[in-house]
Amino acid sequence: MDNLEKIEAQSIYILREAYRSFDNLAMLWSIGKDSTVLLWLAQKAFLGHVPFPLVHIDTSFKIPEMIEYRDNLVKKFHLSLIVGQNKAALKNKETFPEGNATRLQCCKKLKSEALNKCLSGEWERLRFDHITDQFVIDEDRKAYTGVIVGVRADEEGSRSKERYFSPRDKNADWDVGDQPPEFWNQFKTDFEPNTHIRIHPLLDWTELNIWEYIEREKIPVTNLYFDNGNGKRYRSLGCFPCTHAVESHSRNVTEIITELKSGKFANIAERSGRAQDSEGGGTLETLRREGYM
Amino acid sequence: MMKERMNIVIVGHVDHGKSTLVGRLLVDTESLPKGKLEFVKEQCAKNSKPFEYAFLLDALVDEQSQGITIDTARIFFESSQREYIIIDAPGHIEFLKNMISGAARAEAALLLIDADEGIAENSKRHAYMLSLLGIKQIAVVVNKMDLVDYNQNVFNKIKLEYTKYLKSISIEATHFIPVSAREGINLIDISQLTNWYEGASLLEIIDSFTKEKSMDEKPLRIYLQGVYKFDGHKNKKRIYAGSINSGKINVGDKVGFLPSGKSSIVNSVEVYNKSGITSAKTGQAIGLTLEEEIYVNETDLVYKLNESKPSFSDRVLANIFWMGNDPLRSGKSYKLKIGTQKFDVMIEEIQNVLHTADQGEIDSNKLVNKHEAAKCVLKLRNRIPFDLVEQNVHTSRFVIIDKYDIVGGGMIIKNMEDSKPKHAYSDFEIELNQLIRKHFPHWEAKSLEEII
Repeated sequence: MDNLEKIEAQSIYILREAYRSFDNLAMLWSIGKDSTVLLWLAQKAFLGHVPFPLVHIDTSFKIPEMIEYRDNLVKKFHLSLIVGQNKAALKNKETFPEGNATRLQCCKKLKSEALNKCLSGEWERLRFDHITDQFVIDEDRKAYTGVIVGVRADEEGSRSKERYFSPRDKNADWDVGDQPPEFWNQFKTDFEPNTHIRIHPLLDWTELNIWEYIEREKIPVTNLYFDNGNGKRYRSLGCFPCTHAVESHSRNVTEIITELKSGKFANIAERSGRAQDSEGGGTLETLRREGYM
Repeated sequence: MMKERMNIVIVGHVDHGKSTLVGRLLVDTESLPKGKLEFVKEQCAKNSKPFEYAFLLDALVDEQSQGITIDTARIFFESSQREYIIIDAPGHIEFLKNMISGAARAEAALLLIDADEGIAENSKRHAYMLSLLGIKQIAVVVNKMDLVDYNQNVFNKIKLEYTKYLKSISIEATHFIPVSAREGINLIDISQLTNWYEGASLLEIIDSFTKEKSMDEKPLRIYLQGVYKFDGHKNKKRIYAGSINSGKINVGDKVGFLPSGKSSIVNSVEVYNKSGITSAKTGQAIGLTLEEEIYVNETDLVYKLNESKPSFSDRVLANIFWMGNDPLRSGKSYKLKIGTQKFDVMIEEIQNVLHTADQGEIDSNKLVNKHEAAKCVLKLRNRIPFDLVEQNVHTSRFVIIDKYDIVGGGMIIKNMEDSKPKHAYSDFEIELNQLIRKHFPHWEAKSLEEII
């Protein structure tokens, strides 16, 4: 087995352990390449059927092509999709693009808070109805206590310390110093009732691995990752006011891989196009402690 | 051609320079993201503290304020030979469970010793833990040689003393190397400052570590993770899903399931998006369909009927290391998890305790405290399938769970089922049994010799 086959098998093992160990499981889908690879791995783990809902947090500022791509894939693979949103903050225009919040405050409201309330079921959730082909209000408000997330250890410092199975307390706090041991493929899967668990099947993947896997498996990804003629492409996807395209002429997956291996991105961090990361020291870490993924 | 990947753990006593070593390796092999080094240097200047290579890794707020690695961090790094994940494990005793989490993923280890301070408590404890975790390739890195003027005698003295300790716990280091991580000495190339040293540089040593041998030729073992049959799924068949721990499997193989005791024949090997697959081998995550859709436990151990079977018993001897705040006590009940299977277990006897920091000293104290290891007899409520550690690591290693937490790890070294203390029957019982068997054969009474 080569390295990609090994990390693929490990991710599938983790997904199957998660499915066996927890009820009320959901998978976070940001529409980006990592969580789309995760979605692909889930189809592999359960032989073409994803047995838990995908949760997408719609800040309303996502690049429009992302939403289009999301809905197409949901129909194509017959996926169960749940969408959450911070309606109050949007209504009151408490956002960065509208000038009423800093980038960080905006992230906190539209992402962290929306996510926490969507997972807990406190706020309304929308569900994609495959029969009528539209979103309906989800009657089911049970809390999702196990959340599968596509974070990678190579993304930045705090993520390099994650466990595959990571408990968060009621306030979604993460105690980095006192994490459960994980060894010999044994993970902590026994918890007091109501503990929230994050499951991270992609920890051992690098950005390059993700693209190599997308190429090998021919996984459909959005065109935003490619240069469509203007010499720019997105390396990491997010909200349009805070995510910038990078200068690149990569028009397809193979060219991205070449660029990552030997080209100008070989030594530049992936999130360098994310403006919220550079607002003061420890920013992403602070966000993550509060539930940001 | 894709480079192979290897996990390497760096362990050692607190302050012996692990993070500095990793930081320096990243800089010297140009593995850092652009601007990171300059950024950290600027930050240091801003806060008027001297730059240290260790700061490159200390991304967390907590960590910087305490100055110690509180959890294992994965660091990606590449040589011309391989891609590595370096696992920076904490040296502080409080964080031993984090060190174990990091070290258990590794195929080789670098164990750091401070040349100036010499062998410390955790230098010993960590070596012992590495051996318990099954890591056989250990390079001992004697760091901070700059503080002792690259003196050969200091290096030799540590090498001699430490080799003696390792021998006492049956470990042999693959290498000893003198370095100065801070000054970048002997990391990539050999320096003139240690012209008395005849070995390879640290990077060459890392590249010389070998990958673990494939388990393809061992008997088949698969711990099931579930039996799937989804409504509305285009695949209507019952799928037995799991990852292959060892061996190979082919369509047509006769397979058995334990503890359920069922058996059937492999009808197909299922992989999403691929068809026509007729076999699979160690490491692959697969699904099986069977000729008969039998009911088995969703975590059964699958083996081949024509290969050597797993042992199946309710009493075993095991080496255990302990991480729980409450000591391990004989007579106490826990859960034992082996593969995907969980069982009730009672500690029948603690045979001896090894204080991991000492010179392999054995104590007859019947309590195993946090950070100690022991040899114990375990009594299980039901019979469990397993192999001995020398036969198959995947089916011999287990963890112990107390309430919700993993508090210990261990490996089965002996099946104790046949060595139960024999029940002594009285002469009268034996005589009566013989009489009954002779005169009332239709009672189908067992011979007492069979029962004991």
